This record gives sequence, structure tokens and C-alpha cells, in this order.
Amino acid sequence: MDFSVTEEQKLIIETALRFVEEELYPYEEEVERTDAITPELVEQIKQKSIELGLYAAGMPEDCGGGGLDTLTMCMLDRALGRANMALNYTVYRPSNVLQACVGEQREKYLLPACRGEKVDCFAMTEPGAGSDVRGMKTFAKRDGSDFIINGTKHFISHADWADFVILMAATGEEDSARGKRKKITTFLVDKGTPGFTLRPGYKNVSHRGYHNFILDFEDCRIPESQVLGEVDKGFDVANDWLGATRLQVASLCLGRCDRALEHSLDWAANREQFGQKIAKFQGVSFKLADMKMRLKAAELLTYEAAWKYDNNCMEDMDAAIAKLNATEALAFIADEAIQIHGGMGVMSELPLERIWRDARIERIWEGTSEIQRHIISRALLRPLGA
Amino acid sequence: MKVLVPVKRVVDYNVKIRVKADQTGVETANVKMSMNPFDEIAVEQAVRMKEAGQAEEVIAVSIGPQQAQETIRTALAMGADRGILVQHDGEVEPLAVAKILKAVAEAEGPGVILCGKQAIDDDANQTAQMLSALLGWPQATFVSKLEIGSDEATATREVDGGLETIKVKLPAVCSVDLRLNEPRYASLPNIMKAKKKPIDTKSPADLGVDPAPRLTTVKVAEPPPRQAGVKVADVAELVAKLRDEAKVIG
Ligand SMILES: Cc1cc2nc3c(=O)[nH]c(=O)nc-3n(C[C@H](O)[C@H](O)[C@H](O)COP(=O)(O)OP(=O)(O)OC[C@H]3O[C@@H](n4cnc5c(N)ncnc54)[C@H](O)[C@@H]3O)c2cc1C
Repeated sequence: MDFSVTEEQKLIIETALRFVEEELYPYEEEVERTDAITPELVEQIKQKSIELGLYAAGMPEDCGGGGLDTLTMCMLDRALGRANMALNYTVYRPSNVLQACVGEQREKYLLPACRGEKVDCFAMTEPGAGSDVRGMKTFAKRDGSDFIINGTKHFISHADWADFVILMAATGEEDSARGKRKKITTFLVDKGTPGFTLRPGYKNVSHRGYHNFILDFEDCRIPESQVLGEVDKGFDVANDWLGATRLQVASLCLGRCDRALEHSLDWAANREQFGQKIAKFQGVSFKLADMKMRLKAAELLTYEAAWKYDNNCMEDMDAAIAKLNATEALAFIADEAIQIHGGMGVMSELPLERIWRDARIERIWEGTSEIQRHIISRALLRPLGA
Repeated sequence: MKVLVPVKRVVDYNVKIRVKADQTGVETANVKMSMNPFDEIAVEQAVRMKEAGQAEEVIAVSIGPQQAQETIRTALAMGADRGILVQHDGEVEPLAVAKILKAVAEAEGPGVILCGKQAIDDDANQTAQMLSALLGWPQATFVSKLEIGSDEATATREVDGGLETIKVKLPAVCSVDLRLNEPRYASLPNIMKAKKKPIDTKSPADLGVDPAPRLTTVKVAEPPPRQAGVKVADVAELVAKLRDEAKVIG
């Protein structure tokens, strides 16, 4: 087993860390305070990140992306993930499902997304269909060579920034071993398409400046040429790529773990109470040891899964374990970091209260912790017929 | 013309330096290492010269352990064309470095050698000057502005009390100061390109240099902790203290 980080990876991490420190950290306070990121700032960060090749770095080179493999992309995401979500996501990672674009779709969606001319959002979840994605009610009814879409999606991240939506909708039903189930198709829907409107979503505890939206489709007519992948095969498209998205969540968590641990070490080594550094108290130093251990485990699980993904041998379970472990490690580390800082930990002067708030969402989106455990246990038990 | 840029692998400037328990040096195990920041400025200058059509080739050379190859790779990712690693594991003192660089310069024939003014590890500030003397080339040290002509360079130097502008005949040795430029980040495409750029590995012996140290380090110790300062009420008290207690003014 080779766990070494290559020279190129080290350089990429270095560039990303410097970028985060110089181009993102200075704006964190403003974004957190105003719960907004100005279009000018989005543009500024975008241009800088395009210059540096950080933008769309994980997309293939022949699409105008950086061509990084998944493992290196995880390392890059880890560095970017240190900054708050709104800022780090202006360094855009187009949805990797866009690689399923064919023919004119490439010119219209994939290439502009890699060049920084268009941004996508991914709409799967509905008020009545969260973990149970197949329970979705949004329906695309065939009408000649078009589809007419009706339904509502909610919790859709950064739909305000997006130029188009990657939309999952039901297109029929089929029989399966466990009864009837919906057939799903993936569509590319431009903003401004008649019958498609956007409403602000919900205020929430995490991610100041990075918002979610409600998408309404009312007799929204979409030609078949806007189908991504094959009709009724929407999950094939999604399944090919969603694993990598879980690794991205895990990697962003690693970056925040790094930052929380660094602050904690610094604080513990300098803060004095009872006439000595608080790091001298075992109650504090053992916390640091546990934080490091959890972080290391999350790192190894994430990188191993990414390596397997790159070598075409990742299983669902690998991504599930990585995502589950990293998101839970972050919850633990963010909480302990605050404990080590005492009252200062919950003050907005430090990024810890933000990391702690933001951490909460990570165990919910991209598949809840329970769903990840379901994936893992199913993989273990299915071969046993249980 | 070719530009030769020596780059040193040093403890990263963000790292809090710790003295080894046995007082033989500073701790470098498990410590982040980076390119000496002044050398980054030199690489940046060389790359800008190339971009401006003043240089054809930028060669980064590092003297150090195998891992110094990473430092060269950083230079290549910033835009240098190729690297030379003179591999040596022990300590290399400024004079040995200068001798090795002299041999490299004689082989490569650069029009200018751009050094950092000093390395932030030992802060010796000697290599460029020694190299210039060994080669018999003119030197321009602490350069904060550099214009390269066809057979001479105009350099603005940061000297005590202000700036000094001098002309030197090429080939010359320059040591660069902080304000010369702001080094670029290595972009991803350039990092990828750097992967394919060649790095030649040599030993000091290949270059006919014996790098054995001529100095002995007796002991490395932490500086004494700073004493707490005092607050003064007004300028008169400050002047009095500077004169009577600190005795730094007459
Ligand atoms: C801020 C935010 C942004 C989001 N962005 C997007 C986006 O851009 N695009 C998008 O499509 N979606 C997005 N989501 C949706 C997200 O993926 C869902 O919230 C998530 O899949 C969970 O669905 P749910 O919220 O409906 O919870 P539910 O599925 O209703 O789950 C409720 C609880 O039941 C548990 N549960 C459900 N099923 C099982 C089971 N089989 N076994 C055990 N426990 C189970 C869950 O684990 C959870 O604890 C976002 C969500 C949030 C909060």
C-alpha cells in the first residue's frame, strides 16, 4: 500500500491553501454577518479560481476541466472546505453527472459549466420524498417528442446561482422484485423555461450565504433532447456519479476538521488557567488526541474510497463508510473544539461556532447517516440472504 | 540568455521553530518544509524575464536531500523550465553551496544568477556574494528592482538608509530582496506541466566539490525569552529611559 502524497498533490494542496487564506478567509466574516455573498465577490473569486485552474478542477480535461482524479480532487476539496460553504462553493465543482451530456448538450451545458459560464443545481428532493427518492411525485408526461413536467422540488441548494437545473422526475412505473416502482428520468431544464419558477427556501442553521430554494414546475414543456442519459434511466446516471459526490462531502468535512483541530491545538497550547497551559490538563489533551484519531480515520477512509473510485473498484459501501465517518468525525471534532475553547468557542470571533453549525447538515444531505448505515448493512447482509 | 535560480528547501516560514532536545540544531522531523521565500521571489523574477522575452530558459537548482526535488518541482510549477538537484544529505555551508553553484554556472553559462538574498533558516546572507567572488562576476545584492539589458543590468538595491541604483555587466550574480515582486501561485495546469519537466540529479563530487563543513556547530539554543516591556507616560520619559537605562542614545 502506498499512502504517500505525490509532489503534484502537495503543490495543488499548497496552491489551494494559499488561495483559501488569501482569497476566501478575508470575506468570511462579511458573508457570515450578512448571510449573503455579493455577485461582485462571486465573480472575483470565480475569475481567480479559473486563473489558477481550481475551478472545475475535477472535470475531465477534454471538457475544459482540470482533469484531476478523484483522490486529488478530495485533497483539493479538503483545502477549499476550510472556508465557509458560500465562499468555497464559488470555486465551482460542476455536478459530475454532467459528464453524461452527449451531442449538443456538451456545448450547451457541460463545456460552459467547466469554463465558468454556467452553473448547475441538482434537484432530486421533494417535500414528500427525501431519503425515499423513488417516492418522488414530480412527473414528466410524454407529449409527442416533448415532456410536460409538473411537481415541486425543495431544499435545492444554490438554485439562485444556477443557470440550469439537473432535474430528476418520474416518467412511469415498472415492476421490480419488490413490487411496483417508479421509473426516473433526468432532465436539463434552463432557468426561464416557461412553467418553471423558483421560490426562496428555508432559513436554516447552517451555511450563511449559501441558500436553498423551492422549484415549482407547472406544465413545464421540455423537449426530449434535454434528457440527460436515457429516458427512464435517470438513476443509472445518478448512480454512476453520486458516490463521488459523497466523497466530496467527506472531503469538505475533513477541511473543517483540520481547521477546528488547528485552532484547538493553538488554544490549548496557549490558554492558561490555574497557572498552567490548559493542554497540561489531561481532560483537554485527551480530547485533542481523540480529535486527531477521528480525523485520521476519516481521512484514510475517504482517501481509500477515492483511490478505489479512481481504480474502478469502489463499492457503494466504501463511499457510504467514508461519508458517514467523516461527517460524524466533524460533528465530534467541532463540538470538542468548542469545549476546549470554553466560552470563546461559541463566539463569532472564531470560525468554530460556524463550523459547528455547518457540521449539522453534513449528516443529513447526500444521504442521511441512517441511509449510509442502511447501505453498509445491506451490503453486508444481502449475501447472507437477510 | 539562461537564468539560473538556486532554490533552497527550508522549514516553512509559518512553522514555529523548535530547538532539538540535544541542542545540535532545529527540529526538522515532521515539520513542514517549503521553498525559501526569497528564492520564490527570484524564481518569479526569472519567470517574468522569460515571459518578457529577456530569457530563453530558467533553470532551478537545489542542493540538499532527495526531498529538495519537491522544492525544484515548485519552481518548475511556477514556470522554470528544468531543474538540477545536487543531492547531498548533510549540512552544506554557504561556501560549499557557492562552489557547487559555480560549477553549475560554468557548465550552464547563464546570463544571470538570481539568488534569494538569504535563506530564512540560517539567515547567512553569504552565498550570492561568495558565488560572485568565485566566478569573478559582478554582484548586485538586495535587489528590489531589476532591469535587464543586452549586456548589462540596472539594479536598485535596498541598502541601509535608502536605495542605491547600480549597473552591472552581465553575466552577474543578483540577490533579490522582498520588495522585488510578489511571487505567483502555481496554477493547476502549470503543476501538471511541471510533472513532465526534467530534473537532473548530480552529486557534489560530480561537480568536483567537497561539501564537508568547515565550521563546527557547538550548540544551538533558544534565545532568552523576552522580558516584559514597560509603559512610559510621555516622550520625555522615553528619551530619558533610552539615554539613562538602555543607553542607546547619547
Ligand atoms: C440545506 C440543505 C440543502 C440541500 N440541498 C439539496 C439539493 O441541492 N438537491 C437535492 O436534491 N436535495 C438537497 N437536499 C436534500 C437532502 O438530500 C435531504 O434532506 C436528505 O436526503 C434527507 O431527506 P429528508 O430531509 O426529506 O429527510 P427524511 O428522508 O424524511 O428523513 C427523516 C429521518 O428518517 C430517517 N430515515 C428515512 N428513511 C430511512 C430508512 N430507510 N432507514 C432508516 N432511517 C430512515 C432519516 O435518516 C432521517 O433521520 C438538501 C437538504 C438540506 C437540508
